[in-house]
Amino acid sequence: MAESLSDYNFSLARKSQVLPLRAKLIQSIRHFFVKNNFLEVETPIRIPSPAPEEHIEAIPSDDWFLQTSPELCMKRLLSAGFPQIFQISKCFRAAERGNQHLPEFTMLEWYVAQFDYHQIMDQCETMLITALKNMGHDQDITWQNRKICLASPWEKITIADAFLKYAPVTLEEALVQDKFDEIMVEYIEPRLGIDHPTFIYDYPAKLAALAKIKKCEPTAAERFELYIGGLELANGFSELTDANEQRQRFKEALKARAIKNWAHYEMPEKFLQALQTMPPSSGIALGIDRLMMILADTDKIDDVVAFTPENL
Amino acid sequence: MYTASDLRKGLRVKIDNEPYIITEFNFVKPGKGQALYRTKLKNMINGNQFERTFRSVDNFETADLREKKMQYLYKEGDKYCFMDNENYEQVYLTETQADDAKNFLIDNIEVEILLFEDKPIGISLPNFVELIVTEAEPWAKGDTAAGSTKPVKVQTGYTILVPTFVTEGEKIRIDTRTGEYLTRVKG
Repeated sequence: MAESLSDYNFSLARKSQVLPLRAKLIQSIRHFFVKNNFLEVETPIRIPSPAPEEHIEAIPSDDWFLQTSPELCMKRLLSAGFPQIFQISKCFRAAERGNQHLPEFTMLEWYVAQFDYHQIMDQCETMLITALKNMGHDQDITWQNRKICLASPWEKITIADAFLKYAPVTLEEALVQDKFDEIMVEYIEPRLGIDHPTFIYDYPAKLAALAKIKKCEPTAAERFELYIGGLELANGFSELTDANEQRQRFKEALKARAIKNWAHYEMPEKFLQALQTMPPSSGIALGIDRLMMILADTDKIDDVVAFTPENL
Repeated sequence: MYTASDLRKGLRVKIDNEPYIITEFNFVKPGKGQALYRTKLKNMINGNQFERTFRSVDNFETADLREKKMQYLYKEGDKYCFMDNENYEQVYLTETQADDAKNFLIDNIEVEILLFEDKPIGISLPNFVELIVTEAEPWAKGDTAAGSTKPVKVQTGYTILVPTFVTEGEKIRIDTRTGEYLTRVKG
């Protein structure tokens, strides 16, 4: 026992550089939002009905669930007249464990009323540049032997263009062949955010459970992701505010989940009701642990948290 | 039977009726997309490697693999002949299957033969073997630089780098996992 105990002490002691850096990052981010008149909110981590999504499974807690993101509660606050809100909270997703995944992770999520997705992309860029600058990262950052320039403006590319540029098939072909995720992982993600951070946007409408559909292009949703060094850091969109449409999408997701024998969720009725009064808004969720991986120059998420599930 | 979520480095599975070992593994999940399992696989019969991405619905048969103690007898053409110590049956491996282990096979050495569905497909050697140096340049006087090495040939025909003081006829210990010289053996 003595031997394994000292191993665990050693694995914690090894984090003497990274834990202060993590604390500094969170303080720096919080500082940005407070300075820009955002209200910091706390919403319950344990909730009765998560947003039904086809590929995200919540961890049960008694007859409720641990949140997979604070999205529904934060949008209820938006609907109730809180126009600029942010939250740094723990989120939980079942069966997600890998070099870049922890089943319990830290998410920064924020919403702005009257913003569209391009405005929140720009705000995300400003926030990160400011927060990192306050920590002493001025222009460049080195991650896994790559120099990534943080200077504005960051790259923006549509999903369709990224497929043309990097993939052996077009976006339409990938969707028809049911290969979208595989192509993203093998051909596109590794090439995003290499020289400077990249926003990839206008996701296929089918892959955006809670995002607004583009008016001029009904097959695309106003959804985006941020990548740095091939690592996915954030997901955001112009929020869908049509309650009927949202209910329809939830129904479809519930159906797809039932086929996989995933947990049944009750329809989040209070959220759907609130959606009727929600102003046009945009929101974004950013993985703090992933951002820490960039700052700590590591390709393993285990390196940036004090404890992983395995060493508890 | 395994599902994709059971996959991990070192796991052996059966794909298209052949045994594979997972040499690299990572769980990935593109934003809001489905869980994917990226692997590098090595065919345990022919050594071919490739990358493959699986979905969580994919599943795999377990590969029927076991090891059995056998004695190396001799080489015949490009085949290596071993004898099962229990039933005295003889089995053969090709050069490719013998892989790096062939550098350390001396007569009568006891090895573990890897069997896939009872067919021999590979060798696992003991971690250390002792072999006699059969060809070595004499130690050049004056060459006293610490750490300098020279190539010598051992009785299996394998060429290995050893310290310059090792001479012909001496026995040396070799780590079969790295193929490197460890020490001289007195005796």
